[in-house]
Amino acid sequence: MDRIAHRYPGSASTEMDYALQPLSMVWEDGGAYALLGPSGCGKTTLLNIISGLIMPSEGQVFFGDRDVTGLQPQERNIAQVFQFPVVYDTMTVAQNLEFPLKNRGVPVEARKRRVAEVLELLELSEIAGQKARNLDAATKQKISLGRGLVRTDANAVLFDEPLTVIDPALKWQLRAELKRVHLQVGHTMIYVTHDQTEALTFAEKVIVMLEGRVLQAGTPEELFDAPAHTFVGRFIGSPGMNVLTCDVAGDCAFVSGRKVYLRNNYGLAQGSLELGIRPEYVRVLEQVDCPEGLAVSVVKVVDIGRQKILHLLLGEQQLHAILREGTPVPSSPVVLFDPDHLNLYCDSNLLRPPDRGRYP
Amino acid sequence: MLELIDISKAIGGEILANNVSLRLEAGTCNILLGATFSGKTSLMRLMAGLDRPDKGELRFNGKSVIGVPVQQRNIAMVYQQFINYPTHTVFENIASPLRIAKLSNAEVQRRVEEAAALLKISKYIQRLPAELSGGQQQRVALARALVKGADLVLLDEPLANLDYKLREELRVELPSLFQAKGAVLVYATTEPIEALILGGYTAVLHEGRVAQFGKTGEVFKSPCNLIAARAFSDPPLNTASVCLKNNMLVLEGHDDLLRAPAPELVEGNYTIGLRPHHVRLDSRGPGDIELRVKVVINEVTGSESYIHFQLLDQTWVALVHGVQDIVPGNSISCFVDPKEFYYFHPRGEIALLPQSVRVG
Repeated sequence: MDRIAHRYPGSASTEMDYALQPLSMVWEDGGAYALLGPSGCGKTTLLNIISGLIMPSEGQVFFGDRDVTGLQPQERNIAQVFQFPVVYDTMTVAQNLEFPLKNRGVPVEARKRRVAEVLELLELSEIAGQKARNLDAATKQKISLGRGLVRTDANAVLFDEPLTVIDPALKWQLRAELKRVHLQVGHTMIYVTHDQTEALTFAEKVIVMLEGRVLQAGTPEELFDAPAHTFVGRFIGSPGMNVLTCDVAGDCAFVSGRKVYLRNNYGLAQGSLELGIRPEYVRVLEQVDCPEGLAVSVVKVVDIGRQKILHLLLGEQQLHAILREGTPVPSSPVVLFDPDHLNLYCDSNLLRPPDRGRYP
Repeated sequence: MLELIDISKAIGGEILANNVSLRLEAGTCNILLGATFSGKTSLMRLMAGLDRPDKGELRFNGKSVIGVPVQQRNIAMVYQQFINYPTHTVFENIASPLRIAKLSNAEVQRRVEEAAALLKISKYIQRLPAELSGGQQQRVALARALVKGADLVLLDEPLANLDYKLREELRVELPSLFQAKGAVLVYATTEPIEALILGGYTAVLHEGRVAQFGKTGEVFKSPCNLIAARAFSDPPLNTASVCLKNNMLVLEGHDDLLRAPAPELVEGNYTIGLRPHHVRLDSRGPGDIELRVKVVINEVTGSESYIHFQLLDQTWVALVHGVQDIVPGNSISCFVDPKEFYYFHPRGEIALLPQSVRVG
């Protein structure tokens, strides 16, 4: 994608009115990508530009060396799976899967072979001969996934929130199957979702979007460890990253008047400064065991079984911390931030240290 | 207090509610947890008096309300799909139950502003619903339910259509808003995590029956049957058929895979259940048992890894901290501690809880 941008017709031409702001990006063959962001962030617009449902108002789309910007979806040879199942009720499960192949004139022998493979892959073989009509929503969505995957020659398979209507237990199963299919088949797959778990578990590279902009494109690990923007930090993770207003002098940050040592020397950082620390990296201890910790008060404890989420107040700032199963909540709690996982933000953007300070 | 006593309902041979008995106290949050079609919405319709039970008794504060039309009972309902009056402003949408009750303008003003502030939509009060995002529209519907001061508030998957992050925020706030008003709050969800975060009491529904009802944390820790244990596990509960014989526990027909000293139970066949975060990659002590298993896929969220592996005909999931670099298809060692097993009788009732739960 070369400097793609999109404005819906009728909108004014200020920067804010872009549904998608200018963007260049390379999608590698065989990659598994996720577009992640809240409603209205532009992820579906971006997906539709890839599929050809939307012609971008600026820029060009290439498949390899071929400019496909002006091509219709059917000319791009792309398979799509939508939020709600698209299944022909009067056809059998197998016929539903065969249909996209028939349309493209695939010979009958090859068709049968491929359909059998996909049935096997999605564990639908047993109901291959059943009419789709009476199947439950989840099975129908599985067939939809199968229709997306059946074409071996598709340039890419696009998924638009495919698991939104699926119950949690089945979601685990389908998500795992999709990932397994990707490993086996090696299609280029692009997956749109607002659910971070789906995005992170599915994709090798996740593209986090907000207000028509790409804030960060990275591996799940990168998004977790070094969010490029405080929004990414908050959006990824459950609960998201804590973002605390602070002042910085050299390798010290001051949060609500209390000193926190940083791994790096930031000199005299200017601008609106915030410290980012994930709840997973906030250690909660008894004050007597750790006099150097920052005293906090407990607002609320939410026990979600395998761990407790603590809602804390540090000075006047809210903070989340995670306690593993079986760990009691301290009576006079203090917190310690793991210095290896502290990130500093200036005007919401991750600040790279100007020098490595005393930790070369 | 709302009491359901042996309520049953069937339509066209399909059983919607099967001998349901529940006592829901004023000022409490009561969760109906179950998969799609487990009977959550049907039960809410019966509670509201939108449907009449075939048999059983429904009492509110001790008085039978069977046959009392919904208009004559002070009930508020919010559905998954947000419903607002499209031509009314947000203010008038929230005010509508107060207008019907013919409250003074000053009182309407006061109550609407209070509810709008609690749901953080004060800014949009003069807009039309269509000018708001989905999340904001659902807040309008919730504010209308709140302002009504209903005795019984029924929320049917109210956050299911909202963005994941917005859901996280709202589910923390919602129960306290309604509980403060002294209402009986009933909240339907398919998601175990949502139930745990909401707290209160949970009724696990399955095929129109209540599998278990009790304090949310108790139901999670001490399920009385396999259905409740499964409904309350995300990722899904790991299960296997085992046999207790000669003081040993073995996997049925595969004593080479798993062998451990038997717990204090009568010899025979059982199903064991083990939560995914109790499957570990390192041994914690001599009581742990090593399982050699083949990895199907590995999902990484940035902070955690979900390792799916095959144990005989079952897929198990290990939820472990950190990013695990594990290649699908490879064999790995996992460690489980039989003290953490749930044991169920062949028909599903609990036989033995994990040691930590028994000790309390």
